[in-house]
Amino acid sequence: MFYREAGDFKTSYSADQQTFPIAFDRWAFWLLIAFAFFVVPFVINDYWEKSVLIPFLVFAMAALGLNILTGYCGQLSLGTGGFMAVGAYACYKLMTGFPDMNLFIVVILSGGITASVGMIFGIPSLRIKGFYLAVATLAAQFFLVWLFNKMPWFYNYSATGMITAPERFMFGVAVTGPNAPPWATYLFCLTIVFIFAWIARNLTRGHVGRSWMAIRDMDIAAEIIGVRPLKTKLTAFAVSSFYIGIAGALFFALYLGAVEPTEAFGINQSFLVLFMIIIGGLGSIFGSFAGAAFLTLMPVLLKNIMVGGLGWPTDLAAHLEFILVGGLIVFFLIVEPHGFAQLWRIAKEKLRLWPFPY
Amino acid sequence: MKFTKLGAAAVAATMLMGAGPAAAELVFPSLSYRTGPYAPNGIPFADGYADYFTLLNERDGGIGGEMTKLLECETGYNTQKGVECYESTKDQGSLVYQPLSTGITYQLIPKVTADNIPMHSMGYGRTSAANGKVFSHIFNYPGTYWDAASVIVKHILEQEDGDIKGKKIALVYHNSAYGKEPIRTLEELAKKHGYTLTLLPVDHPGQEQKSQWLQIRRERPDYTLMWGWGVMNQVAIKEAANIRYPMDKFIGVWWSASENDVLPAGEAANGYKAVAFHGVGSDFPVYDDIKKHVVDTGKSAGDGSNLGTVLYNRGMYAAILAAEATATAQKIHGVQNITPAMMRDGMEALELTTTRMAELGVPNFGPEIKVTCDNHQGPGLAAIQQWDAKAKTWSLISDFVAADRDIIDPLIMEDSMAYAAENNITTRDCS
Repeated sequence: MFYREAGDFKTSYSADQQTFPIAFDRWAFWLLIAFAFFVVPFVINDYWEKSVLIPFLVFAMAALGLNILTGYCGQLSLGTGGFMAVGAYACYKLMTGFPDMNLFIVVILSGGITASVGMIFGIPSLRIKGFYLAVATLAAQFFLVWLFNKMPWFYNYSATGMITAPERFMFGVAVTGPNAPPWATYLFCLTIVFIFAWIARNLTRGHVGRSWMAIRDMDIAAEIIGVRPLKTKLTAFAVSSFYIGIAGALFFALYLGAVEPTEAFGINQSFLVLFMIIIGGLGSIFGSFAGAAFLTLMPVLLKNIMVGGLGWPTDLAAHLEFILVGGLIVFFLIVEPHGFAQLWRIAKEKLRLWPFPY
Repeated sequence: MKFTKLGAAAVAATMLMGAGPAAAELVFPSLSYRTGPYAPNGIPFADGYADYFTLLNERDGGIGGEMTKLLECETGYNTQKGVECYESTKDQGSLVYQPLSTGITYQLIPKVTADNIPMHSMGYGRTSAANGKVFSHIFNYPGTYWDAASVIVKHILEQEDGDIKGKKIALVYHNSAYGKEPIRTLEELAKKHGYTLTLLPVDHPGQEQKSQWLQIRRERPDYTLMWGWGVMNQVAIKEAANIRYPMDKFIGVWWSASENDVLPAGEAANGYKAVAFHGVGSDFPVYDDIKKHVVDTGKSAGDGSNLGTVLYNRGMYAAILAAEATATAQKIHGVQNITPAMMRDGMEALELTTTRMAELGVPNFGPEIKVTCDNHQGPGLAAIQQWDAKAKTWSLISDFVAADRDIIDPLIMEDSMAYAAENNITTRDCS
């Protein structure tokens, strides 16, 4: 009764193949997007922007990127933090080197630079697989962070090795820097994430995505049916790094405003994004968002309940938060090893039949 | 679906609680860390900070008749959480931020300035914030990292009878903005005094230092300095003991100088030195009051075991300075319930004399402090303290001496002006 599908017929292939084949879903999606674009900017404040929405969008972008590589193409990567660092430092160098460049172009170019770096570190994937590849990408993680610590050119020879985002404007409104209004940074992030989630969804449905999935499912069989591993794996690395680079640039320029490589882009960040896609669902666009939401919003929510709501001591709350988030991860993975995306799929199947299941 | 909607509503409701209405109290946020690898140092500081405000409420009924309220928020020494803490507390009337983390300080410098809230990075953070003409809302009195570096070098000069030409000095530092801060000063001082400087970075969290100490063992530097924090301190002192490095030639910054750092190494830590900007021990009248009004009534923030430790003292000192600045602000503006903007004026006009310190129950606890519009770092004096492993006490072994201003002041000017140029800040007129 929840989904009223009577009369919802498809008369063409394109209608049948669309992302949201059920009319109700389609409407819900567009309502959500309209809400995000036209309602949220009017009610957003600093707290919601900096603690809830921007981190969610940034990590959703990173999770999308890693999901393309790991979820769709099956190449396990632990280099996410390092690639985010490349995006952030590329963004910083472009922002300071070309002060007049449009921030949108800066962010896209940062993604492009990260894509080329990602392709270099993707070359070993042609020979090594699985856990061995994970170790190779781990090397990328440590090497890149070391590089940004070691070479003063990357941080413009500042005394502390920190990079700080200068103020930049879009249509006359500050988007980076301390004076940026929350709605402006939010809309900037949202627009980028929306566009690239759209592209990712369509990439994975088309020829490129199918060849990635063929490589993931069985690389020898894929090779036999004519999928070129070199091209396929490297495009996966390039596209994935492009997304992660953009996430890194947004993380630095819009979210934190100032970062140092060791802390902001450490191995913890790589694991965090990996956990997001595992919990959200490998090989799913929705899963990337669900995983990012779970791991960025859950700690904030728990903190607000325990410290803000119940008035517990902060250290107790912090420890309980670790236990609860960890426990929830284990619980969800036991209940549904394929993540939130699968959970959502099952729930939808049930809801479509409800209340008359057969 | 209904469940998710309900859940979403609950999420929205609880998240909104982050920003409540401001009550008529003096609100002091405490961005503390009681968890993670930096907790051994974060806990005593947070306890000292909290206990002093509790004491003011219990004994004096707040500051100027206005009760104080402490908003504690756990950062875990992590910048992302620090930002979350800042955003969730800033609308609740927070008067002054003390993040106790150089990384978070850097993060917040532009933000607090835009939000018109002062920040006190006491002996940490960005050294060049000492230039009040550029950094209107940032204060780092009573001293900075560059003062610390210079005072340490002065102490070494004293030990070596004024000549350290050709000596080797190594710096073991936390590989972050914090640890890198003294490098520029040490390099300038190396040019002046002719020593060679070896840099040995240690990555977060600092448990892994074998290679750094192997290098020290091989090169045998005459002196080793340390800019460490959290577990890194304990590990470094233990490693130094393992290679039998002479402890009296191992000198830490004031953040590598607590009981928690030296105790794990036991007897071997005897003679370890560190620079300090305030007194040590619990031999101050204020402790009787804290025991009577806070600990014995069960209102202390921790278990009361940290009283008199170096970092507890420092947390308390931070609270004393904040309370004094609040009182100054109340006097300037004639209002009891001050705003963050008034607090900033109070901090800029802060004057802490020896007599006032005695009145507060902390006689000769630190050097006199006088903050002005263009000088936000106060006196910039520091002393050397040494650890006695048998008695398990720190003691000051020198007077509070001045840093080498000829080297530091031009560096502060250069760095702050670069910041001003980068961020289009016009310098304030302080005359």
